[in-house]
Amino acid sequence: MSDLDQLYQQIILDHAKTRYGSGLREAPAGVTSGESVQHNPVCGDHIRLRIQLEGSTLKNVSWEGDGCSISMASASVLSEMAEGIDREEFLVILDEFRELMRSRGARPGDEEVLGDGAAFAGVSKFPARVKCAMLSWVAAEAALLAANV
Amino acid sequence: MSSALPTTQDTLPRPLNDAEASRLRADFPILGRSVNGTPLTYLDSGATSQKPTCVYEAEQHFYENFNAAVHRGAHSLAVEATDIFEQSRTDVARFIGAKDNEVIWTSNATEALNLLTYSFGNASAGLGGETARAFALGPGDEIVVTELEHHANLIPWQELALRTGATLKYIPVDEAGALRMDLAEQIVTPATRILAFTHVSNVLGTVIDVPALVALARSVGALTVLDGCQSVPHLPVNVKDLSVDFMAFSGHKMLGPTGIGGLYGRAALLDAMPPFLTGGSMITSVTMEKAEYLPSPMRFEAGTQRIAQAHGLATAVSYLSEVGMDRIAAWEELLGERMLTGLGSIPGVRVLGPGPGAARIGTAPFIIEGVHPHDVGQFLDSRGVAVRVGHHCAQPLHRALGVVSSTRASTYLYNTTSDIDALLNAVADVRGYFGVGK
Repeated sequence: MSDLDQLYQQIILDHAKTRYGSGLREAPAGVTSGESVQHNPVCGDHIRLRIQLEGSTLKNVSWEGDGCSISMASASVLSEMAEGIDREEFLVILDEFRELMRSRGARPGDEEVLGDGAAFAGVSKFPARVKCAMLSWVAAEAALLAANV
Repeated sequence: MSSALPTTQDTLPRPLNDAEASRLRADFPILGRSVNGTPLTYLDSGATSQKPTCVYEAEQHFYENFNAAVHRGAHSLAVEATDIFEQSRTDVARFIGAKDNEVIWTSNATEALNLLTYSFGNASAGLGGETARAFALGPGDEIVVTELEHHANLIPWQELALRTGATLKYIPVDEAGALRMDLAEQIVTPATRILAFTHVSNVLGTVIDVPALVALARSVGALTVLDGCQSVPHLPVNVKDLSVDFMAFSGHKMLGPTGIGGLYGRAALLDAMPPFLTGGSMITSVTMEKAEYLPSPMRFEAGTQRIAQAHGLATAVSYLSEVGMDRIAAWEELLGERMLTGLGSIPGVRVLGPGPGAARIGTAPFIIEGVHPHDVGQFLDSRGVAVRVGHHCAQPLHRALGVVSSTRASTYLYNTTSDIDALLNAVADVRGYFGVGK
């Protein structure tokens, strides 16, 4: 597979179209939630991501934004995976994803931990695109901090 | 406006051609390399140009034979280095039609524009004595820019307005990105003290009507500041013909090294302005309490200067002059037309900017419907085609055009029609690869 095809795995192109979690959802009254806006200064892309919480369980991760297929697919994968998991578990996945993105192609994606996120292994060979893939994850991390749980 | 060139019908310059451009490529070894298994097609000269061997050989020659600090020291190397440094200034000044003492070396055009705004800011704070008062701004004064500007010719003016209480206004563009010259007369008023604008849009490649804006500024007594980053490398530019008061330009976009650029200013203005950076080499006398400053250009060149880089840039302008700026401009106009026409005929591709007839350099910004510019650039790179993607440091312009970002292909003298065709062939395959438009 060419580097380009490794970058644009079908699973990524599919997520970029499906955009799971796209469309910001209001948290009902009394529900804890956190939100964060992140910008990619290189291209002007941005994402606003909101997480609702029941106790320490992530619910209803939703977002709105504009970006390349990598950033949109990444937000989609994140939203799908985060639904219903514990905050601590999510942070473990986030660490794994960040390590994968920093690996410069040296690390295969761990599907056990990352699920569809493992398809982003090819992105790490393209340092200029790592920011795109990380955008929604950084937003989720900040949103959890903002939710203050 | 039918041509980007200041010529008449009977003296149309003879453009370069593919054979000549191909011969020039031998001077640019990097153009012979491959990327991702395919020959490099470099169409990102708007961001930075490649350098001919003579430019970096000149720098090497300087370091091997003449390296010394300039304007100090009595030894032979210091004298020779100073001669080379000042000869470089003369060469670059002549290239843009300025007098020898009217070019100040800066790190780049961004620093040139910051030098101006900080100097005006210092004048506004009361520094520089009587003569500097002409540059002082305060509440009620207006600075006018355009919506086309690169951030480097916008943010320094925003900051200056914030520091002084002056008001920043701008001449907008229409939905195609053409400057609303019809509104300019209402926006530039007797309160306008400075009119700062680009010569050529770094995103659209469109050539701005400098004489009209200069006339407007002059009618209200405002100073004019031209951003020449995209014009000086690609068009014959003469600051005296253009009648601007200041012009910033960038060395690395015109075959020169990185780390060198310049500010042109009319000598009488420069000598009346307070310094920006202060320190060594820019003074006449210093006590523990205060300092007296040298006239321009040394007043604005504190600290050890970019000597080898200046020599490199002088070598670059000599190379450009030898080829002929009018021939380069005519060649790039042809390449630009080929790009714009070719891109416009590919399904799903929308070329940004005013339609046919607008004067443009060899720059083609475009959108591919359904595919983000970052993905477009990545795909083109896999075919060896290097272009710029993003907002190109012009977020307000992109907002006015209704997009967040775009893809920009930009030419230089060393590009050939094969480069354009490589771009067009690759662009034609983008939507298929991403499964869009099926």
